[in-house]
Amino acid sequence: MSVFDGLKFRKANSIIHNLDPRIKFVYVIGVFIAALLFLQIIPLLALFVLQLPFVFLARVQRQWLRSLRGAAFLASFIFLINIATNFFGGGYTLTPSDIEGAAALTLRFVVLVESFSVFFLTTSPDHLGLALEQSRVPYEFAFAFTTAVRFVPVLAEETQTIMDAQKTRGLELEKGNVLKRIRNYIPILIPLIVSAIRRSLELAEAMESRAWGACKRRTNLYTLRLHKGDYVLLGITVVILAGAIYAHYFVTIPTIVNLL
Amino acid sequence: MALIEIKNLTYTYPGVSKPSIHDVSIKIEKGEFVLITGPSGCGKTTLCRCFNGLVPHFYQGEIKGEITVAGINTLDHHTYEMAKHVGLVFQNPENQLFALSIEKDVAFGLENVGVSREEMRKKVDWALHQTGIYDIRERSPHEISGGQQQRVAIASVLAMEPDIIVLDEPTSFLDPLSAEKIFDVIYKLNKEQGITVVLVEHRLDLTAKYTNHLIVMDQGAVRLEGDPRDVLSNEETRLIGVGIPKATLLYQMLKKEDYSLGNKTPLGSEELADQILETLK
Amino acid sequence: MIEAENVHYSYPSKVEALKGVSLTIKDGEFVAIMGQNGAGKSTFVKHFNGLLKPSFGTVKVDGVETIKSSVATLARNVGFVFQNPDHQLFSETVEDEIGFALKNFGFEAKAIEDRITWALNLLSLTQYRKTSPFLLSGGERKRVALASVLAWDPKMLVLDEPTIGQDYEQKEKLRQFIMQLQTQGKTVVAVTHDVEFVAECNPRVVLMKEGRIVADGEGQQILTDPAILELSSIVLPQIAQVFAKLSALGLPKDIIDIQEAKTVLLKTKGKQ
Repeated sequence: MSVFDGLKFRKANSIIHNLDPRIKFVYVIGVFIAALLFLQIIPLLALFVLQLPFVFLARVQRQWLRSLRGAAFLASFIFLINIATNFFGGGYTLTPSDIEGAAALTLRFVVLVESFSVFFLTTSPDHLGLALEQSRVPYEFAFAFTTAVRFVPVLAEETQTIMDAQKTRGLELEKGNVLKRIRNYIPILIPLIVSAIRRSLELAEAMESRAWGACKRRTNLYTLRLHKGDYVLLGITVVILAGAIYAHYFVTIPTIVNLL
Repeated sequence: MALIEIKNLTYTYPGVSKPSIHDVSIKIEKGEFVLITGPSGCGKTTLCRCFNGLVPHFYQGEIKGEITVAGINTLDHHTYEMAKHVGLVFQNPENQLFALSIEKDVAFGLENVGVSREEMRKKVDWALHQTGIYDIRERSPHEISGGQQQRVAIASVLAMEPDIIVLDEPTSFLDPLSAEKIFDVIYKLNKEQGITVVLVEHRLDLTAKYTNHLIVMDQGAVRLEGDPRDVLSNEETRLIGVGIPKATLLYQMLKKEDYSLGNKTPLGSEELADQILETLK
Repeated sequence: MIEAENVHYSYPSKVEALKGVSLTIKDGEFVAIMGQNGAGKSTFVKHFNGLLKPSFGTVKVDGVETIKSSVATLARNVGFVFQNPDHQLFSETVEDEIGFALKNFGFEAKAIEDRITWALNLLSLTQYRKTSPFLLSGGERKRVALASVLAWDPKMLVLDEPTIGQDYEQKEKLRQFIMQLQTQGKTVVAVTHDVEFVAECNPRVVLMKEGRIVADGEGQQILTDPAILELSSIVLPQIAQVFAKLSALGLPKDIIDIQEAKTVLLKTKGKQ
């Protein structure tokens, strides 16, 4: 759960939070591409460090650390698998550059997690929905997205209540063999589905009553407009990408092993 | 012509044999505060759905009779056309808010009909102020109390500046103080903005004092209708299983013992207390 | 008997929902726990059958600490009926729904059959025995939920907001039903904010606010004390409102029952 925890939005205000989600997304994709260009530790480390100012400007260090910690398991898994393949595939020997290669691959993963978590930690789902709407995604999709986000905590609470209700009627979820255990979930799933259906009917009714589908050209209370900061971020993205492409093709990147 | 006029309405939900509404005729004038009550399953909720065309457009089924709301025949006009005239507020506050911020929810209807942003901002702010939730407009619906959620639901239909607001048991999930605040908001809209209110409620203890037109339904039909003082004095109302407000009941019990407190049947504790004080002066 | 001593409870989100609650409920008592939404009422009663265990302090049911027992064991003694019946109904027939808990608790086939019949009869649901609970009306579904708990005949019954969405007659039936349980010596705990319902039942009233108990006593006393009620956002029942406004006449103020109100007022008749 902790990876998701790190990706959960918390209301806050900062230069980073106020950036246009579309540009932030372009930035994340930019970093993503740059990270894919390299399999050496030094440039990846540079990409990693480059994003730290965003984390601090947005004041989300703590949540950001938590999402990295959540990713740590997967990262060590990637690292170990790489080491293992090199070891068993390469004649039961392990060179320092094998280790460095595995470390670089792991670092690439960390950079990706880092940039995505900065994006999600500083972009409200509302903003994201708005960005979807204004990126010519059909409104129905954007609406479905924000409504889904809206009902996540409600459904979580409801599931808890249903579990409580069945537990008080003597249901023990952890009892019995595998088959029995799966069957134990029926008394929880059915009420959950039934009330989800009831809920969606009520939602549809409320939407209809508030003129859903009244006209083709919907307006919007908020609009996204690009500000100075957004252009700066766009500039930074272009510089990172250009630098990365240049380095990839024209610079011989030293490995740590070489440097030593 | 009355603002809402229903003539000989009979409606049956699809897949059901018995009609939920049977031969109902009512007239509601502009500016009235109408209270509809009756035991569970009497057809109150179905009647509410007729006011903005959810019945029959959303629910389908078989319908006979005439419904005219704000001069529009709802049988020929889709619910989204009625949304400008009739606002519906439902029982469960949770399932009528879909956005991630309150003001976005309040704007939802206006967005759908394509109001310009400047005008929308004005109307949204007005609705937020009227319902007393302006200060929490940027919060998410999950972070606020049920009472506040229900006020958001009211604001979101109010922003459309409707002629009529219909509320189907809007306070049944709320504690009494939050409920009172909701009723105060509705009453103010009725008095100050001249919006016609149709309120469906079981709990007359809390609501009888606001109304000037009481409708009692039972088994799909309108059984009694008129001045709430007359309707509540009628023995039949009690027999149908309507919870008469305790103050009204006490007045009637005293009257039976020849203890007369005047001819006006009280609708709430204040009226009754005043009548007692007046009598004993 | 339920003994809660200095119960503290914090949710995983670190919200402290209970801040030191102590309460003893004796066998056969009828207690209404009242207070605003979010006062901690539901959190507190969920400790009675072990759904929640105190972060600090103890809850004992019949002398046994809940922390040392499981929900399934505690539930045999403490039945819990949730607010919304749709959160528990899942079976194909009403009969199966009522039998669910009995099977879980390991009753024998014959006993299950007998108890289903008994519970259906108790709540006038016999005609719906083979009906799907999803086809029933809201009031009937609520009764099925109640029957499915009463079937195993728990000594104590916790009702969470039993009057929500119920009409006048359904409430009156519920009141009579609670009274009937009382005569059988059952303990009933109702979490509610329905003042008129509580005024008619006149049980012991426990008022909660922000995770603490702020008042505990006879319904008649608590529900007629405007100062106490205001503290926990509860309004006076209508009869009490009338008498609060008649203070100049020197009449007693602690009246919530309509018959008593009539008697008291009739005494003033001569003064007209």
